[in-house]
Amino acid sequence: MDEIAPEYDVVVLGTGLTECVLSGVMSVKGKKVLHIDRNDHYGGEAASVNIESLFKKYGNYTQGTEPWKKYGRVNDWNIDLVPKLLMSNGELTNILVSTDVTRYLEFKQIAGSYVQQGNGPRATVAKVPSDASEALRSPLMGLFEKRRAKKFLEWVGAFKEDDPATYNGLDLNRISMREVYEKFGLEATTRDFIGHSMALYQTDEYINEKGAAKETVQRIRLYVNSMARYGKSPYIYPLYGLGELPQGFARLSAIYGGTYMLNTNIDEISYNGKEVAGIKATMKERSDDPDGMKFETKTKTIIGDPSYFPGKVHVVGHLLKAICILTHPVPNTDNSDSAQLIIPQSQVGRKHDIYIAIVSSAHNVCPKGYYIAIVSTIAEGSANHHLELQPGFDRLGKIEERFMGPAIPLYEPLESGNRDRIFISKSYDATSHFETTTDDVRNIYLRAAGEELVVDGLRGENLVAQE
Amino acid sequence: MVDSGNASAPKPSSSVKLVLLGEAAVGKSSLVLRFVNNAFQENKEPTIGAAFLTQKTALPTRTIKFEIWDTAGQERFASLAPMYYRNAQSALVVYDLTKPTSLIKAKHWVAELQRQASPGIVIALVGNKLDLTKGAGGEAAALPAEEEGVEGEGEGEGDGDARKITTQEGRSYAEEEGLLFFETSAKSGVNVQEVFTAIANAIPETQMKTSRQGAGGGAGGGTQAALGSDRVNLTGGKGEAKEGCAC
Repeated sequence: MDEIAPEYDVVVLGTGLTECVLSGVMSVKGKKVLHIDRNDHYGGEAASVNIESLFKKYGNYTQGTEPWKKYGRVNDWNIDLVPKLLMSNGELTNILVSTDVTRYLEFKQIAGSYVQQGNGPRATVAKVPSDASEALRSPLMGLFEKRRAKKFLEWVGAFKEDDPATYNGLDLNRISMREVYEKFGLEATTRDFIGHSMALYQTDEYINEKGAAKETVQRIRLYVNSMARYGKSPYIYPLYGLGELPQGFARLSAIYGGTYMLNTNIDEISYNGKEVAGIKATMKERSDDPDGMKFETKTKTIIGDPSYFPGKVHVVGHLLKAICILTHPVPNTDNSDSAQLIIPQSQVGRKHDIYIAIVSSAHNVCPKGYYIAIVSTIAEGSANHHLELQPGFDRLGKIEERFMGPAIPLYEPLESGNRDRIFISKSYDATSHFETTTDDVRNIYLRAAGEELVVDGLRGENLVAQE
Repeated sequence: MVDSGNASAPKPSSSVKLVLLGEAAVGKSSLVLRFVNNAFQENKEPTIGAAFLTQKTALPTRTIKFEIWDTAGQERFASLAPMYYRNAQSALVVYDLTKPTSLIKAKHWVAELQRQASPGIVIALVGNKLDLTKGAGGEAAALPAEEEGVEGEGEGEGDGDARKITTQEGRSYAEEEGLLFFETSAKSGVNVQEVFTAIANAIPETQMKTSRQGAGGGAGGGTQAALGSDRVNLTGGKGEAKEGCAC
């Protein structure tokens, strides 16, 4: 029988993206990692599933029928459960490059980034202008406003955090974004698309927050620089779906000695005083052992997703999400094979934005001729959630199939993990990208390893040490 | 984009993803090491630290660049990711001629490939450690050094033949399943080059044309037409060091 070591430096529970990045980084840094998932597949909540699994997961079909059969080959579908995209200049991209996980993945651009202005049948859907010259052509603004927006974007483009001369006389560390908008004389509708479709805030809380101006400027810069990198949108996306990301980092971890066990239940976590001391687990139904393989191992550090620690997390909100299958591009997106469309909250009388992420056969996530659009937002009420998403559905045209479950609870850990050395990740939030996921990765790494995560040159440095 | 497909070189060259499968300690990595470096390490540690290795094989009319993926140990607890099989155009399923269970395991992997991999995948079944058997391919090595799998169950050979699986047994299974078949020694090098050449020859040229042009993943099959223009190279600017990544 294959050996499981008597002790590991780190035991990781769940193979979502956060866990797999941490597992990969820990292994590269020389830690001995055991990585376990109760499911028989990688990805946890961040997996991509085929269309048969999707029907079965949501249960919206009559027993005995096989509605997925009319959608072509089941395995041509890789449907994301988490509606997110990668910022091409974002931190996840950085980590992918510096760990060389890019060697296992192939990325394509998302073809466009759109924002809605107005409501109902008269709503305008337009490209998000990303630089001064696009601002001048944008239908989102009138003539004079365009010039003001151009000035604003030029200023953001030239901004350097460590050069106060570029602050334009504004004390960004102290003032609110409202004051910045006022300085440039921007109208409410312009503030709306800047704050929501460029800075990617989901609510308007940032506007009045003192000292939030600098972060807002940095978020706009991330958007603008990501946009500038490949040209069509600030987003990139892995072929075959987001589920490839955790698999890629799991492979990284394995290559540096990480041990992987899927289909394995955690039976017990043992403690030594307050601190974690080990786990007991069962690998389910191996062919040579119908009762499964029971084992135990010691560890002083556990990293895991919230589903493994129901008693150590609390709910901070609920995500609403509907996965829609279309047979046409989303109207008003220039027939793009993929796009993000943001409906800012104020345009539709909400407090939270509605996001639509669209991908298609161009990304090998479905057969030719199909499009997958995921509409999502943060729940504001406790019932009739489909009505909260309705402004999103209105944008999609004819929908072939709609998968929508109950509101999805978003969890965060109750404690930092410093006391029991169990470090729990946050649920994938409602943001459109992975920046908050990588913040969580950095934060957990800092708490668990006691040092900042430095990803630059991560691989090169340690390869030498390995040999 | 990497230009391996339409370079100005006289012979067309294409990248082919090859995945290794087989029970632990049958010599998967050793075979690759022999093929890539023409070297062999006794008592090699389980694989660590190699994302994948590449090696070219020159055929009369074309050059094949193998991009060889190791399991990185993820097969041990049946935890290989679908990514591993994705777009693999060829597979090397390895067993140990001196260890009967390793052939059972190899059959399991062949079934897994038929289930998970692209339909056109070229599979080679390879019985390794020929050096431990009698009369085949050079030195019928002295037993002890390398192999824990040889348990000396006293089948009475006594003359240094640790073979437990006959050539016929391997070959007839390979024929049933339509696999290429070789018996090799990573240690002595016997038949190693031949395996890779045979795989290279067996990959249809039509598939080459649609094969991806780099290392980063990509579509081996008919979806290629839909791809192309919008692919991004995340490692841009770092130049040749990252040849073939994510383009």
